[in-house]
Amino acid sequence: MTKLIQTIVDGLGVGSTYALLALGISLIFGVMHLVNFAHGELITVGAYTAYFFFLHGGSWWWMPIAIISAAVLASVTMEFVAFRWVRNASPFTLLLTSFAIERLSHALWQIFVSPKQRAFPKPYWVFNQFEIAGVSFEVMDVVTIGVTIATLAITATVFKRTMFGISVRAAAEDFDAARLMGTRANRVISGAFAFAGFLAGVAACLILMRTPAAEPSMGTDWLLKAVIAAVIGGLGSFTGAVVGGVVLGLLETLTRAYLPEVATGWDKFSTAVVFLVIAVFFVVRPDGIFKVSHAERV
Amino acid sequence: MLEVDDITTRYGAITALHGASLEVRAGELVALVGPNGAGKTTLLNTVAGLLRPATGSVRLDGEDVTGMEPASLVRRGLALVPEHRRIFKDLTVEENLRLGGTTASKADRRARLDEASEVFPVLRAKWNTSAGFLSGGEAQQLAVARALMSDPRLLLLDEPTMGLAPTIVDVVFDLLVRLREQGRTMLVVEQNATRILEVADRGYLLRTGNIVASGTGAELAADASLFDTFIGGESSGSTS
Repeated sequence: MTKLIQTIVDGLGVGSTYALLALGISLIFGVMHLVNFAHGELITVGAYTAYFFFLHGGSWWWMPIAIISAAVLASVTMEFVAFRWVRNASPFTLLLTSFAIERLSHALWQIFVSPKQRAFPKPYWVFNQFEIAGVSFEVMDVVTIGVTIATLAITATVFKRTMFGISVRAAAEDFDAARLMGTRANRVISGAFAFAGFLAGVAACLILMRTPAAEPSMGTDWLLKAVIAAVIGGLGSFTGAVVGGVVLGLLETLTRAYLPEVATGWDKFSTAVVFLVIAVFFVVRPDGIFKVSHAERV
Repeated sequence: MLEVDDITTRYGAITALHGASLEVRAGELVALVGPNGAGKTTLLNTVAGLLRPATGSVRLDGEDVTGMEPASLVRRGLALVPEHRRIFKDLTVEENLRLGGTTASKADRRARLDEASEVFPVLRAKWNTSAGFLSGGEAQQLAVARALMSDPRLLLLDEPTMGLAPTIVDVVFDLLVRLREQGRTMLVVEQNATRILEVADRGYLLRTGNIVASGTGAELAADASLFDTFIGGESSGSTS
């Protein structure tokens, strides 16, 4: 029982990071019909920002602000420099553009910093644990879950209450109709990229506190998981992205914890098992948990 | 107020409008009628900035606005109630209306929201409901109310009675008449030619991308030969 609770908390921790990333992917998909494979690079940008600032006497007290600002800036720049010019091209062109950015980003970090991993300090409390009723919890898991809930609350408020949020939701459903209301396409898309950057920045902080190191291709694994989470939830659905992320996180930690440890190393199959479950899921329900009707136009 | 001069609009290789021209003067209700596939929707969408004409010009209050973004046109006082209404089904009624007031100041938006809830009691009753749950008639009223949120001087309506039950059609026509009485300038595309020409100041008949006849509503309605050829009986629901 203790193990189960700990595993679930672990899973929620990992899952909420996926959720933040998946939400950004769903957001961009909503307004542009693009699955942005360069979204994971925002984590990399955050990591190198942290590395750079720690070289010059950084502190975790203000590092999250630097990481999030860098991710927002990088996300908006990505749209302005690359996606804006192919906005009306076919979805396939958009997809290729996002792959190009991803590869380019890897190459640039390799050339201008180093192909090797660059580590920096972690917050001192990160692996601290505390106990409630005999079950020990990692502080970091609790921080992750708390920060994610707060971020999701901010997100919900923005998309429910502000004109920007309502415009983004409207544009996701019917872009031309939103333009007829006076919504400026550039502003909505830039804004969506900025917000996706904010979400990725928060995720990057959570990831980097746990594994404080920068590496050129570090964003790719996270990106793949986030895309899977977004698709499980139903691409384009905000609720779906969050649910998909949490489900994926739980699935991963639970399989890792409970696969038989026969001949040691069975737990390494957890990824394989997760993908198997996902494959079966898509056979049963190809549109994800929360089907988005207008996403079919892609 | 609006001058459309000799515009040609293409979808890839298909030319939907061949040099169509028309004019709407301030305070007028102008009807644009014609058979399916004549290019009526294309014309409205071109005027509203959703489509860019290959040739020709669109002028609003004497200013050349050809190829301008819809958002800029809304700021210049133009609003389109598009074909199939295109209300945002995932948004609530209130959110749809707020979005219609994107270009308005916060205070104006508030005031017009209150006004809309008075003028459209049907919407007030479903204020916080997802627009996807509205009936056809309610959705149409929302589409018009949403367009009015920008307080447009020129309102374009594309088939506002399409797919509506006859009693609701009456409601929409009453609304059009009322809007005209308030001095709102309108250009209306309508399948139900007989009825729209009864209330319109003037009308244009569009056929295969050309304006083939124009005149006062009564003149056009009286031109029985044109009618039989191009329009036939009353119809609703189907479009190109």
